[in-house]
Amino acid sequence: MKCPKMYVNLIHEHLDGDITKENELLLKEHLHQCKDCQQHMHQLKRTIAFVQSTSHIELPMNFTAGVMAGLPREKNRIRMNRWFTNHPILSAAAVFVLLMSGTVFSAWETDEDFSVSKQSNLVIHDKTVVVPKGETVKGDITVRNGDIKIEGKVDGNVTVIHGDKYLASAGEVTGNIEELDKIFDWVWYNVKTHAKQAVDF
Amino acid sequence: MDLLLKRKIKKVKKGDQDAFADIVEYHKDKLFHLCYRMLGNREEAQDAAQEAFIRAYVNIHSYDTSKKFSTWLYRIATNLCIDRIRKKKPDYYLDAEVAGTDGLNMYSQIAADQALPEEELEQVELQEFIQSEILKLPEKYRTVIVLKYIDELSLKEISDILDLPLGTVKTRIHRGREALRNRLRHL
Repeated sequence: MKCPKMYVNLIHEHLDGDITKENELLLKEHLHQCKDCQQHMHQLKRTIAFVQSTSHIELPMNFTAGVMAGLPREKNRIRMNRWFTNHPILSAAAVFVLLMSGTVFSAWETDEDFSVSKQSNLVIHDKTVVVPKGETVKGDITVRNGDIKIEGKVDGNVTVIHGDKYLASAGEVTGNIEELDKIFDWVWYNVKTHAKQAVDF
Repeated sequence: MDLLLKRKIKKVKKGDQDAFADIVEYHKDKLFHLCYRMLGNREEAQDAAQEAFIRAYVNIHSYDTSKKFSTWLYRIATNLCIDRIRKKKPDYYLDAEVAGTDGLNMYSQIAADQALPEEELEQVELQEFIQSEILKLPEKYRTVIVLKYIDELSLKEISDILDLPLGTVKTRIHRGREALRNRLRHL
């Protein structure tokens, strides 16, 4: 018996799982009566089972490595980012050091202007600060990028940054005298003064 | 799609290759299997699967994150496999199309026990035989059969991967099934 092609189509719809309820019934009824179509359906189901039975294939070794080797080179920026995310504490330290050294250097480099702490009786001659004879200067004196000549008396500390100090025989400083010429001295001096301020607070 | 994969893809889009290695690890089995069933040869399957991953990486910017990643990846892989199949099409192919079947050739109509000499049949195992029968399907039927029965994808996904209307996918599956039935029914 040759069945209409419609039934074969219904079998396929059934196998795909998108057959309508009515067609499902129609197909069932037909399969009951028709040996050929029954066999056809059976063969298709067996075929599917055969196809699905094919064993799993072992993946070759180093598959992923092979893919990675074939990729274009990664940008440096990304490699750096990954390093930073993998080493958070080191990177934090690196950023800190970078920023700190940045400020230190810029402060050191840009501070080229002559400056001196203000005391009324200091005399200033072309980047040289003079403590006049017989006078007493109260408070600390800080001279930047200039020299100091002490002929009178200073009641406090004297600090000279990037400069020289001349202490006359009659001159007198009650506190310490400091000369800073190197960046380390300067940094240390900064640290000391800031620490002192912090303690004073 | 799970969140982890989405996050990885975001990283890959920024160029992170470590994140991509994780994606490869996750998908490599299925993709290799697909290529193997399409091409029938381990070396070629490895080549094709690896190339598919590399292409996915290079073209990751064209991947639309609102869609399923595996669908996109499978599309790259199936296209690569189809290209390879077309390039190595053997000339002894019985490629006369059977009228009205849209691409089914004479081979698919020959019963299996006639096509293979008995000696050869004895040598190959059943599974290899089935694999060889899948490989004899013209590539457009092979693709849908492999995606449907080996990767167990839904008809909708297959239509997305191949960029074909659902109806076409169904027709091809029906014809592919019939062709295989003709070849395997005597087993």
